[in-house]
Amino acid sequence: MYNFDVEKPGTIAEAAAAMGADEAQALGGGQTLIPTLKQRLASPSKLVSLKGVAEMQGMGKDGNTLRIGGATTHATVAADGSYPALSALASHIGDPAVRNRGTIGGSLANNDPAACYPAAALASGATIVTNTRQISADDYFQGMFDTALEEGEIITAVSFPIPQAANYQKFVQPASRFALVGVFVAKYADGVRVAVTGASNEGVFRWTEAEAALSTNFSASALDGLTVDPDNMITDLHGAAAYRAHLVKVMTGRAVTAAG
Amino acid sequence: MPKDTGIGAATVRREDVRFLTGTGEYTDDITLAKQTYAVFARSTVAHGTIKSIDTSAAEAMPGVLAVFTGEDFADVGGNPAGWLINSRDGEPMKEPKRPVLAHGKVRHVGDAYAAVIAETVQQARDAVEAIEVDIEELDAIVDMNAALSGSNFVHDEIGTNQCFDWGWIEDNREATDNAIKNAHHVTTLELVNNRLVPNAMEPRASIGSYKASTGEYTLHTTSQNPHLTRLLISAFVLGIPENMLTVIAPDVGGGFGSKIYHYGEEALVLAAAKRLNRPVKWTADRTESFLTDAHGRDHVTKIELALDKDGKFLAFRTDTKANVGAYLSNFSTATPTFLHGTLMAGNYTVPLVYVNVKAVFTNTAPVDAYRGAGRPEATYSIERVIDKAARELGMDPIELRRKNFVKPNQYPFASAAGLEYDAGNYDALMDKMEEVADVAGFAARRAESEKNGKLRGFGVNAYIEACGIAPSNLVGVLGSRVGLYDAATVRVNATGNLSVMVGAHSHGQGHETAFPQVVAEMLGIDPAVIDIVHGDTSKIPFGMGTYGSRSLAVCGSAVVRATEKIINKAKKIAGHMLEASEHDITLADGVFSVAGTDKSVTFGEVALKAYIPHEYPLEDIEPGLEETAFYDPANFTYPSGAYACEVEVDPETGKVTVDRMTAVDDFGNVINPMIVTGQVQGGLAQGIGQALLENTSYDENGQLLSASYMDYTMPRADDLPMFAVDHSQGTPCTHNPLGVKGCGEAGAIGSPPTVVNAVIDALQSGGKNVTHIDMPVSPARVWEAMQ
Amino acid sequence: MTKVTMTVNGKTVSGDVEGRTLLASFLRDDQGLTGTHIGCDTSQCGACVVHVDGVAVKSCTMLAAEADGATVDTIEGQANADGSLNVIQQAFQDHHGLQCGFCTPGMVMSAAALLKENPKPSEQEVREYLEGNICRCTGYHNIVKAIMAASGQDVTAIAAE
Repeated sequence: MYNFDVEKPGTIAEAAAAMGADEAQALGGGQTLIPTLKQRLASPSKLVSLKGVAEMQGMGKDGNTLRIGGATTHATVAADGSYPALSALASHIGDPAVRNRGTIGGSLANNDPAACYPAAALASGATIVTNTRQISADDYFQGMFDTALEEGEIITAVSFPIPQAANYQKFVQPASRFALVGVFVAKYADGVRVAVTGASNEGVFRWTEAEAALSTNFSASALDGLTVDPDNMITDLHGAAAYRAHLVKVMTGRAVTAAG
Repeated sequence: MPKDTGIGAATVRREDVRFLTGTGEYTDDITLAKQTYAVFARSTVAHGTIKSIDTSAAEAMPGVLAVFTGEDFADVGGNPAGWLINSRDGEPMKEPKRPVLAHGKVRHVGDAYAAVIAETVQQARDAVEAIEVDIEELDAIVDMNAALSGSNFVHDEIGTNQCFDWGWIEDNREATDNAIKNAHHVTTLELVNNRLVPNAMEPRASIGSYKASTGEYTLHTTSQNPHLTRLLISAFVLGIPENMLTVIAPDVGGGFGSKIYHYGEEALVLAAAKRLNRPVKWTADRTESFLTDAHGRDHVTKIELALDKDGKFLAFRTDTKANVGAYLSNFSTATPTFLHGTLMAGNYTVPLVYVNVKAVFTNTAPVDAYRGAGRPEATYSIERVIDKAARELGMDPIELRRKNFVKPNQYPFASAAGLEYDAGNYDALMDKMEEVADVAGFAARRAESEKNGKLRGFGVNAYIEACGIAPSNLVGVLGSRVGLYDAATVRVNATGNLSVMVGAHSHGQGHETAFPQVVAEMLGIDPAVIDIVHGDTSKIPFGMGTYGSRSLAVCGSAVVRATEKIINKAKKIAGHMLEASEHDITLADGVFSVAGTDKSVTFGEVALKAYIPHEYPLEDIEPGLEETAFYDPANFTYPSGAYACEVEVDPETGKVTVDRMTAVDDFGNVINPMIVTGQVQGGLAQGIGQALLENTSYDENGQLLSASYMDYTMPRADDLPMFAVDHSQGTPCTHNPLGVKGCGEAGAIGSPPTVVNAVIDALQSGGKNVTHIDMPVSPARVWEAMQ
Repeated sequence: MTKVTMTVNGKTVSGDVEGRTLLASFLRDDQGLTGTHIGCDTSQCGACVVHVDGVAVKSCTMLAAEADGATVDTIEGQANADGSLNVIQQAFQDHHGLQCGFCTPGMVMSAAALLKENPKPSEQEVREYLEGNICRCTGYHNIVKAIMAASGQDVTAIAAE
C-alpha cells in the first residue's frame, strides 16, 4: 500500500468536509478497498472512515419502507427481519468476517458488477440517499464500477420499499464467492421488477421482458418463452456469455418459485 | 510403556499445542536483530529481452540499502535439475541455466530481474517501483503445440522448446504398437491433466544471515527439504562450503511439493546478507506465490487401451506433452517420466506399456512435483480410459478392473512398466470399498436424486503408486543425480530421555508424534520422553526431506535401524551391569533382564551408566549412547487403493456436488491411524479440487488469469462432504522394517479419476452421451457438454 | 504516524502506526503476536481472523487505525487461564483438526465466533460458516468434526475414522 492519512469523522457533515481534501476517498468496511490498496491500484491521500458516523448506522422501518444507514454492516442487515429477501441476500455476501465489516454504502458506491446489493437495490427500486441528494436506483447504476455519485459524495442511507414478495438467487463464482449470476425478483402492487448482477459487461441491469411476463403471471412458467441475449454478457474463466445468459433465466425462475 | 501410545495408537499430536495457541514459529514469525527486507522486481510480461535496468533512482530512495540485478549473479551457478533424462535418440535433455535473477531475458510473468533491500518492507516496495527497466516484449510461448512447432524459443541458446522426448519402455514400442493395431477393441481418450497451484497456506519466506567474523551463513526458509537446499546452494549456486551454511526450516505451513525445491530468493537473501552484513528477510505475498511457486501437473495426453474380446487388457499406449514451464525446477524432469511412465501399468497384469513424453518449455511458471507428482497423471489416464472402455464394451467398470487385477499369488509382480510390486491385494480393497461405499444402495440413492430433478453418478477407481522414494541404486540408473536414502540419529541422554534427529521434515505430517511412537514401542518406554528434532542442518546428520510419501518408509526405517543399534549397545552395557552375556539380555517394557533370572536394570539405569561410566568396560564399550543410521530402501513401496465417489449434478446449472467419497487404501502397517486418516482426507480434498474446482489459466500472452483466490478456486469447507476412509486391508511392505508404505499422496492420486468417472456416469444416466469433460469439471463445462 | 491504543487479549497496548498499517501487521510486528497469520492479499483465506469488539474480522483487511479504542482478541488469548487448551482448541487436538497449523489460528477464532452465535451448529452450518477460512491440509473433515464436538455434540456417528 502507498501511505495515506486516516480520518474518522463523527458526523455526516464532518465526513463531507473531510472528503473535500484532494484525493480523499471514503472508507466503508474496506473489504474491497483495502485489498485494492494492497495491490497499489489506488493511491488516495486520505481515507475517510465512515464507521464512526452514528447517523449512518443501523436500520429502521417506516411504514412500508426500510431505511438502512450507509455504514450498516452486512451482518446487521442479515440479522434484521423486516425485508427477509434482503436479509437473506446480506447473509450470503462474502463470509462471516467480511459481513462484520463490509457495509451497504460501500458496496453500492463500489458497484462491483458481481456484487449482490446492486441487484437488490435495482429490483426494489430503492432510493440511494447521499449527503447532498436522493438518487433513484434506476438512475444510480451507470455501468461496471460506475455510479451517479459525484466526487466526494457519500451514501448516507438507502431506502427500500418492501415488496409483497421477493427472493434473491445467487449462483456463485466458486473462487471469489461473488455472483456468477445473481437475480433479485421483487413483486410490488404495481408490478414485478427483476435485476441481474454478475452477468453483464454493463453491470447490474433489469430484465424487462421477464418483468413484463411476471407482472402478468408471477410464476416461473411465465418465463418459458423468454430467452436472454448473450450479447454483452461477461465471458471469463468461470463461464462464457451463453452460460451466463442461460443462468439468468434459471436463477430468475428459481427466485420466482422461492418468492412464492 | 503406557498402553495405547506405541505403534498403531491414534495418539493425539503433541505439536498441536503450539499451533493451537499461536506459538508456532514459522519463518515469517522470526525477526533477527538488525533485520532488513527484500522485495523483488518481477516481470509483468511473459517473455521479453531486458534492454536495460537503471537502479540509481531506487538506490537513492529512503531506507534503501542495496539493489541487486541479474548482473550481480552472472558469474555464479544456476539452480540445477536433479534428474537427467535422456531422449529416445540417446541425447541428454536440454538444461538451460536457471539464474538467481533473470539476466538477459525474462521468461514468465513473475520472473524476478532485480531485488531491493531496505530497512522496511514498505520502503523496499516503494523502491522497486523506482527501478527503471526497459524490457522489449517478445511473443509469449504458452501453448505446447505452438512451442514445439515454432521458431520462437524460451531459451534461445538451446534452439528448441523441447526439453526431451522420452520413451518408456522403448524396447516395447513396436510390440505395443502391434498389440494395439491387432486388438479386438481399442479405447482412445484425449485428456488434459490440469495445471494446479499448490497453495500451501503459508507463502514462501526466507531469511538470510551472515556472520562476518566466521564466514558462517544461516538460511531460515520454508523448506520441506533443508539438506537438499543446502546442498544445491553449496554445490551449484553460491559455492558456500556446506559446513559454513546452516539451513533451518522451522515450522512450515504446508508444502505439497512446492517447498521441496530451492528457489532463487533463497540465494538472494544469503548473498545480500553477506554484502550488508545484516539479516535479510523476504516473504512472498499470495500473488507472488501464484506467480512463482512451482506449479503441478499440466499434461496433455492421448491414451489408448487395447483389449481382447473378454476384456483382458493387452496394452496401454500413452502420448503425453508435459509442460515444464520457463525453467527446470529441481525435480521437474523426473515427475513426467519416472514418476509417471513407470506407473502406467496400474494395478493390472497388462503385458505391454509404452509411454512417450515430450517435455516442453513455455513462458509460464516452472512446473514440478505436486502432491502425487506423476502418479496422479498416470492414474487419471489409466482409470479414465478403463471406464470409457467398460462403457464401450458394455461391461461393469468394477468387474473389468477385477478381471485385470494383479492377484495376491502373483507377488512379487514385475509390471509391464518396469517396477516390481512387492505386496498388495486389489480385490480385497475393492471388496471393502463396495462395502464401505454401500455400492448396493446406489440405485436407490439415484432414484431419490432423480425425484429431486438431479442426476446421480457413481465413479470408481483403483490406483497404485510407487513411493517411499527410494532406492538410490535404482534411481541412479534412472537418472537421479542424488541419493534417496534418509538418516536418523537417536541420542539417549544421561537422564534417560531421548532426542531423535531425523532427516525428514514435518510440515503437517505429525512426525513429532508418530516417530516417538516407533521408538517408544521398540524400547518399551513412554513416548513422552522422546523428542524429535528436524529441520536444522546443523543438528541432523543428513536428510533428503519429506515428499513422495517417504518420511516413515525411508526416514522411519532409519529411525528403526538407529534404535536397533541403541538396543544392541544398551544390551552390552546391561550385560556388563548384570554380569551376564549381552546375548542373554532381553528388553521388554523398558527393562533389560537376564533371561531365566530375576536380574534386571531399567533403560534409564543403562542410559545413566553410559554417561557415568564408572566400573565400565571401557576397553570393550565406548561411553555414551547415541547411534546414527542411514537407510536406503531396496525398492519403492507400493500403496494401492480402491476409491468410490457419488456425485449429484444439477442439470439446469451444471453444478456438481460430491455427495459421498470413499477411500479404501492399503498403506501396509499403520503407525498412527488418526494421522493417516487425516493425510488421506487432505489428499481427497486436493484431488476433488483438481477434479472440480482448481483452474490455473494463462492467456495467450502468458498472463496468469487465476493469480489470486478471487479466481483460483480453492476447495472450501462447503465444497466437500464428510469422507469415508478405511485402511483395514493393509498388506505390509516386504522390504522395510516397519512394513509401512506411505500415505501422504494417496488421496490426491486416487480421487480425480473417481470424481470425473462419477460425473460422466451421472450425465450418461441423464441421457447425454458425454464421454469426457476436462478438469476442472466446472458447472459451465458440464452445462456446455450437455448442450 | 498516529498513536493507537487498544485492548489486546485483556491488556491495554498502544503504538504509533502509519495510516496504511494493517491490524494484522500491528499485532504481528508491533505486538509480537505472530499467531495471527497472513496467507493471502484478497481477504479470502482467513488465517488472520481475530475478534474485534467481540466479532470475527479479517485483521489483514482492517487498518490498525480503525481498531483504535477497540477490544481485540487473538489466538494467543484463547487458552484457559491456567494455560490449558480451551474447549475448542482441545477439540481440534482431539479430532486432528489441524496439520501444518498455519490456518489454525484463524480457524479457531472463526469457530469461537460461530459457537457464540450458534451454540449447536449442524454440519452444514459449520461448513457454511467456514466459507472464509481456507485450509489446504485437512480437507475440513476433522475441522468440522472438532467444532461440532466442541459444541457438545456427539460426533462419533457422523465421522467414523
